[in-house]
Amino acid sequence: MSSPARSRSDTSPALTEVVVSRLSAHSGAAGSAPRSKLGRGAVLGVLALLALLPFAGIRIPGVLPSVVPVLNSIGMLEVLALCFVFGSVALGYDVLFGYTGLLSFAQVLYFAIGVYVTDIAVTVWHWPFLAAVVLALASAFVVAVLLGAIALRVRGIAFTMVTLAFAQAGYYLINDNPHNLTSGQTGLVMATSRLPAILVGVDHTRELYWLALAYLAFAYLVVWVATESVTGRVWQAIRENEQRVSVIGLHPAPFKLASFVLGSMVAAGGGVVYLLLIGTAAPDAVASATLSVSLIAMVVLGGLGTRWGAVLGAFVYVYLQQYLVKLAQEPSFAQLPVVARDALSQPQFLLGLIFILFVLFLPGGLAGLGVRMAIRRHRRSEGNAA
Amino acid sequence: MSTFTAILISGIALGAIYFLVASGLSLIYGLMDILNFAHGAFLTIGAYAGLELSLHLADGGGLIGFLAVLLVAAVAGAAVAAAAEVLLIRPLYGRPVSQILITIGLDLVVVGFLLGVFGSDSRQIVVPIWLTRATHVGSLSIPNGDFAGLAAGALVYAGLGLFLKHTRFGLVIRAGAENREMVQALGIDVSKAFTFVFGLGGAAAGVAGLLYAVVFSGSLVGPTQGDQLLIFAFIVVVIGGLGSIRGSAIAGIVVGLVQVVSQFYLGSKSGWAEAGDISVVILLALVLSLRPGGLAGAKQG
Repeated sequence: MSSPARSRSDTSPALTEVVVSRLSAHSGAAGSAPRSKLGRGAVLGVLALLALLPFAGIRIPGVLPSVVPVLNSIGMLEVLALCFVFGSVALGYDVLFGYTGLLSFAQVLYFAIGVYVTDIAVTVWHWPFLAAVVLALASAFVVAVLLGAIALRVRGIAFTMVTLAFAQAGYYLINDNPHNLTSGQTGLVMATSRLPAILVGVDHTRELYWLALAYLAFAYLVVWVATESVTGRVWQAIRENEQRVSVIGLHPAPFKLASFVLGSMVAAGGGVVYLLLIGTAAPDAVASATLSVSLIAMVVLGGLGTRWGAVLGAFVYVYLQQYLVKLAQEPSFAQLPVVARDALSQPQFLLGLIFILFVLFLPGGLAGLGVRMAIRRHRRSEGNAA
Repeated sequence: MSTFTAILISGIALGAIYFLVASGLSLIYGLMDILNFAHGAFLTIGAYAGLELSLHLADGGGLIGFLAVLLVAAVAGAAVAAAAEVLLIRPLYGRPVSQILITIGLDLVVVGFLLGVFGSDSRQIVVPIWLTRATHVGSLSIPNGDFAGLAAGALVYAGLGLFLKHTRFGLVIRAGAENREMVQALGIDVSKAFTFVFGLGGAAAGVAGLLYAVVFSGSLVGPTQGDQLLIFAFIVVVIGGLGSIRGSAIAGIVVGLVQVVSQFYLGSKSGWAEAGDISVVILLALVLSLRPGGLAGAKQG
């Protein structure tokens, strides 16, 4: 018989891994009532602070290089609004990848549908804005159901490859400029005459900021309700062991399709907000495989299957990306050694490096870091009590 | 008629290059269950390494020079791939999703590095002049590059077959693909086979990256070329059936033919610029609807 102390130290690292993965994977599901109440309070608090931010004229030096270092400057609000948009798209992707375990590359396709269909309907066909949005969401729904049904015929890695191929086909189609609808690589600038005046122009950056924040809050609510529902539990069961789900008599296919369609719809809505914010649809920015990879990186950085982790990951990713682009334009940057300067001038390089380090050393992402620290604190207080 | 034959040969040559990429992906998947997204980076690194050598050769250095350029591309691809396996994949054994994610990260880093250091413009590989000419067979005029692609594909296919069937290491790889735990239980160090398979796949990818640039891209190579090619290689692997080398070879040729033929008849003739690429995706959707396991599905999902 080994001593209790030794056996504990033998098993504890593995145990920690299990606890961390369980907690980070089921933070909502496993949480007791007070925990989720605290979560709700924290979410509402952050939301309120962000909603008041446009009134906060606080100087924070270095908050973004070569932008006025004031928290509610136009440049800052634009970057934050972009963070909200990608936060919502990443949140939708968390439903697929984090909750259901579907590593899909097609999320970007539905984002692009949201951007392009709205843009084409408004700019080329001169539709009213709301009708264009309805058309965009309806198209995203139909395409998601059709392509989802085909792609979900295969599982695991083959599914990933198929979604990548479909997303790529969408990218080629946009580049192709069929019937002069998309303007190809040039990108399609949205005609603003049909838009509500309050959503047009630099003067209304604040309103656009609120719109993006409101959409993020809406997406968060939808994803929250969906992942906490019975369907959400089945998604997580499919992620853990799909075979077992079929054995207990549930058919996984419709559940997986529902997850796929929900994630896609959240992305399409995000695409509409993105279009209002940026004003242009360009294939490399909204439909490329690089954006798919960025979305995966956001969700992994934040922590899979945790909702707020995906939002936080998107925030960190987009902010860092914007920050690095601006940093590369600074004069002090030119003093770095040539190779370092050249490599760092591409945000992709540094973000990829950070991504690799997270996968290697912090697989639970930022959310997992929080859980890990909580466990350590719990252990310590347990030790003190004993 | 002769145009059609020339197009067919061009399609098969493209298929041969797809096979070079897909064979490595398929070997890696078969043995390790990893979808290797960094394969595109290996392609590009191989092409860039070959390019650097070719710049120092007058007129591409003739046949010997071109073979040396190919060799450098293969060695560079193999070295980076083997290093990636040891440094990044090995710490994550037993965590397949993390392994896939880390190859995605590696691809980001490599492409970002190449973009930063060499810029986003394509660079010109110096090749022997005969490689850019065509050979006349009867009324046919076939680009010599097509022959180079075909030869490389056939050599790798035959070489892989011989290696997997007739060497001890090949036996370990085949057995490992079938039942990894059993091979480990018999006391064989499978991790060596993992590194080796990555290196082998990297070498084939390096050659493919260089040949694709030379034969189909006017000897131009850019930092994202590997990733563009990789997507078609993925489609080839899925259509061929994951883990099957023979399936990859057949599917490579089918995909190459569909792409080139539809590009010629729908694209160049009626002005639909991306007809070839989109036809390939439609082919994929058809195959999946009819045979989800692929043409020779050795393993599914």
